[in-house]
Amino acid sequence: MATKEPIIDPNLDPATGEYVVIAPGHNFKSVTQKISGIVLTSNTPLGWFFGLIVGAGVAMGVVVGITWLFIKGVGIWGVTIPGAWGFAIINFVWWIGIGHAGTLISAILLLFKQTWRNSINRFAEAMTIFAVVCAGTFPLIHVGRPWLAYWLFPYPNTMNVWPQFRSPLAWDVFAVSTYAIISIVFWYIGMIPDFGTLRDRAVSPLAKAFYGTLSLGWRGSTRHWIRYESASLLLAGLSTPLVLSVHTVISFDFAVASLAGWHTTIFPPYFVAGAVYSGFAMVLTLAIPIRKFYHMEDLVTLRHLDNMAKVMLATGGIVAYGYGMEVFMSWYSASHWEFFMMWNRMFGPMGWAYWILIATNIVIPLTSLWSRKLRVNVAWLFFISIVVNTGMWFERFVIVVTSLYRDYLPSSWGTYRATKWDYMIYVGTMGLFTLLFFLFIRFLPMIPMSEIKMMLPQTKVRKGHQNAEVVSQEAS
Amino acid sequence: MPPREGIFGLLAEFNTPTELVEATEAAHAAGYRRMECYTPYPVEEAAEALHFHTTRVPLLCLLGGLMGVTTAFLIETWVNVWGYPLNIAGRPLWSWPAFIIPAYEWTILFAGLSAAFGMIGLNGLPQLYHPVFNAPNFRNGATTDKFFLCLEAHDPKFSLTETRAFLEQFPAVSVVEVDH
Repeated sequence: MATKEPIIDPNLDPATGEYVVIAPGHNFKSVTQKISGIVLTSNTPLGWFFGLIVGAGVAMGVVVGITWLFIKGVGIWGVTIPGAWGFAIINFVWWIGIGHAGTLISAILLLFKQTWRNSINRFAEAMTIFAVVCAGTFPLIHVGRPWLAYWLFPYPNTMNVWPQFRSPLAWDVFAVSTYAIISIVFWYIGMIPDFGTLRDRAVSPLAKAFYGTLSLGWRGSTRHWIRYESASLLLAGLSTPLVLSVHTVISFDFAVASLAGWHTTIFPPYFVAGAVYSGFAMVLTLAIPIRKFYHMEDLVTLRHLDNMAKVMLATGGIVAYGYGMEVFMSWYSASHWEFFMMWNRMFGPMGWAYWILIATNIVIPLTSLWSRKLRVNVAWLFFISIVVNTGMWFERFVIVVTSLYRDYLPSSWGTYRATKWDYMIYVGTMGLFTLLFFLFIRFLPMIPMSEIKMMLPQTKVRKGHQNAEVVSQEAS
Repeated sequence: MPPREGIFGLLAEFNTPTELVEATEAAHAAGYRRMECYTPYPVEEAAEALHFHTTRVPLLCLLGGLMGVTTAFLIETWVNVWGYPLNIAGRPLWSWPAFIIPAYEWTILFAGLSAAFGMIGLNGLPQLYHPVFNAPNFRNGATTDKFFLCLEAHDPKFSLTETRAFLEQFPAVSVVEVDH
């Protein structure tokens, strides 16, 4: 193999041939300056204002849509009998699925010691929280009388009415509220040391007071760090079963019902895999423009994009298996209803949605992500991430709508057509998500500084005096 | 609170974690006990040098989790059996398999909150004021790129001149007095 010229690229690790996790040439100070500079600058880029205004403008869709909804009631939506679940549940499942990649990156990859995750975990966690905010909107406004939504929780009341714990919808309340709370706590705990850094580097008294308060007075004491690491690891260990359980519980909303197309045992694993699939797609959708805009290519490297594309390939494969197994079971079950449901899903009046789903979730991504060249092609990955998010939305559309609108009794068949209010609120939540995300990247440290420092070669403590000189030279 | 007199301690600044760990080990060997390291990221070797090994965060987390699972199961049982019994297609009132799911979620909720707030509580945070912040070089480095060892004045072995001489035999960038 001597004919091949060796590739000299500082971004490739000579030992493994993989892209390096952090581009060479960084030290503790440069990492700190680069990341805190984005937050502490007094010179906000114009593009940020543009993004914020676009996000806020689109988010008006939620404000207007929900206001009209509260005035008129859920009749303004396309939901009707038999299609009693529509956009609200589709969007709820879609958004919460997107959130799952954040928890996966911050928790599961931490437990597996995948240190490359350190660059992307903070904004993936932020993405989780904002996605849960968007997701949580839908069940709340879907209940009909949202001002009574607190009835979902078990609390002593003069009516002596309590929730019914055998219902998957009551499980949902516990799963999603726990998920929201634990995600926010995990996110905040992760930011405390970085708030300390920002407090110490801030110049304006307002910023000092703001980040100083948020840092809780963090001073980097070793005893604090040990407890902090212990708590982070525990939270990661707890979030891992949590994230798997949340989408499992959401799939129970469907699987526990005795409707053809919903009543299957494959739903929990296939929902979880689909959630991770769409979540990683959303991380790519966000990471690719941000690393470009803020010149973060040295901290969010091609290695990260490549690894995320690999995770998408794996989870996309599981999702494809799920689709295949659904088709197989509708034949193998010998159930007339299951068979008809699948035929109707593929070739009925809404068959186009099924084929969009197959094209966008399986054909386009899973044929191209095998190629390493395409996995590190940033433009193609961005395109794929949009395609997969479209596909995952259609997956939920297909599951919800095509199972419902033609059930057992042909005389009760109907159809489902979303109204402009459905679309307005759905698009509005995307604006809300964008708005929150732009606020996040301006005011909070979007890459964890202390964790990036742990990935630098200078962090290693060498035993013995003879090496101390070498280390101090490397560090300076 | 007794009036604070004198100084809080002596703070040595180092450029690398290796120098910090060596100085800390030597200080422990010399008999100093009331001391603390300050680093921009967790340095486990520094904790070993301080002989700080156990943390009670996992215990708090376990207790929180047990409390969560018990609370949720008792609430569900009381609500569905006595508080508001509903006959759903003749299924048993105490449908414990269905109760597992909310109980599972509350196990994680209580355990996670116990770990997070337990860590904050054991660390004595929030504590916005601390004497080390008075050192002129501390805030410029401790959360960025410098490594600090503070030998505190209430250590019985502490003496301003001897301790300073002790710290100055290491390649410290500076050794400064920390006011209260």
